[in-house]
Amino acid sequence: MRRLFPHPLLSFMLFIGWLLLANSANLNNLILATLLAILVPLATQPWWPGRPRIHSMRLIGYVIFVLGDILCANVEIAAIILFMPARKIASVWITVPVDLPDPEAMALLAATITLTPGTLTAEFSTDNKALLVHVLHTRNPDAVRDAIKSRYESRLKRIFM
Amino acid sequence: MNVVIDLVISGVLAVGGLFGLIGSFGMLKLREPMQRLHAPTEATTVGVGAILIAATVIGWQNGIANWHGVLITIFLLVTAPMSALMLAKAHRHLAQPKLPDTGTDAQWASDPPPRDDSD
Repeated sequence: MRRLFPHPLLSFMLFIGWLLLANSANLNNLILATLLAILVPLATQPWWPGRPRIHSMRLIGYVIFVLGDILCANVEIAAIILFMPARKIASVWITVPVDLPDPEAMALLAATITLTPGTLTAEFSTDNKALLVHVLHTRNPDAVRDAIKSRYESRLKRIFM
Repeated sequence: MNVVIDLVISGVLAVGGLFGLIGSFGMLKLREPMQRLHAPTEATTVGVGAILIAATVIGWQNGIANWHGVLITIFLLVTAPMSALMLAKAHRHLAQPKLPDTGTDAQWASDPPPRDDSD
């Protein structure tokens, strides 16, 4: 089973992705989706060594958690954009030290930070141990850094085993 | 029943349009390029998301199961951070803002190779 599906999550995503793209689940598309789900991970395996093991259920929980955060942050930033005088907006750069083992986890953390309105990843350090984040408005940069670490990084650590 | 669904769809569409508008207004109001990068995340997340949800529900209501909205949402969420990252890097090279240290021995990925301590 492991040999047929070296990366079950990728296979699953390809299968679902194809069915969504085809917009139907008739026999033709089911067969084609299955073929893609088997062939693409096998064909790309040599170019993606050291893939991390991912806890799929926790990843789904994480996505829902982040979507909730995005909604809340959207309202906050909308209030700042609409009602705060432009010269009062205090933007800062902060450095977030990161302790994640995989580049994939690092990328996911960076994407999460950017997608949450109000914070934006601009850089990473060459040793993958820090992210440079731009914050639209905050009076307390350390609190933002700690929130990123406790809300997202700790959860990502449990997803990437 | 249909009236209720229509009302909900209209509400979702209005919210999506509102956030798209706020995002655009932010582009106009905010002063610095880095601040302006924050405004479009409003539009790409809730703005487009709400409109795609509405489109999907309207499809179901008319008996057309249309799953492309889900796919568009996924692609948008995956690609939006990349464009923001590239714009931020471009801004870094053009404006050369003063950045905090990495906190480790390494430097930022697109820093020029070792230079003096003058910043």
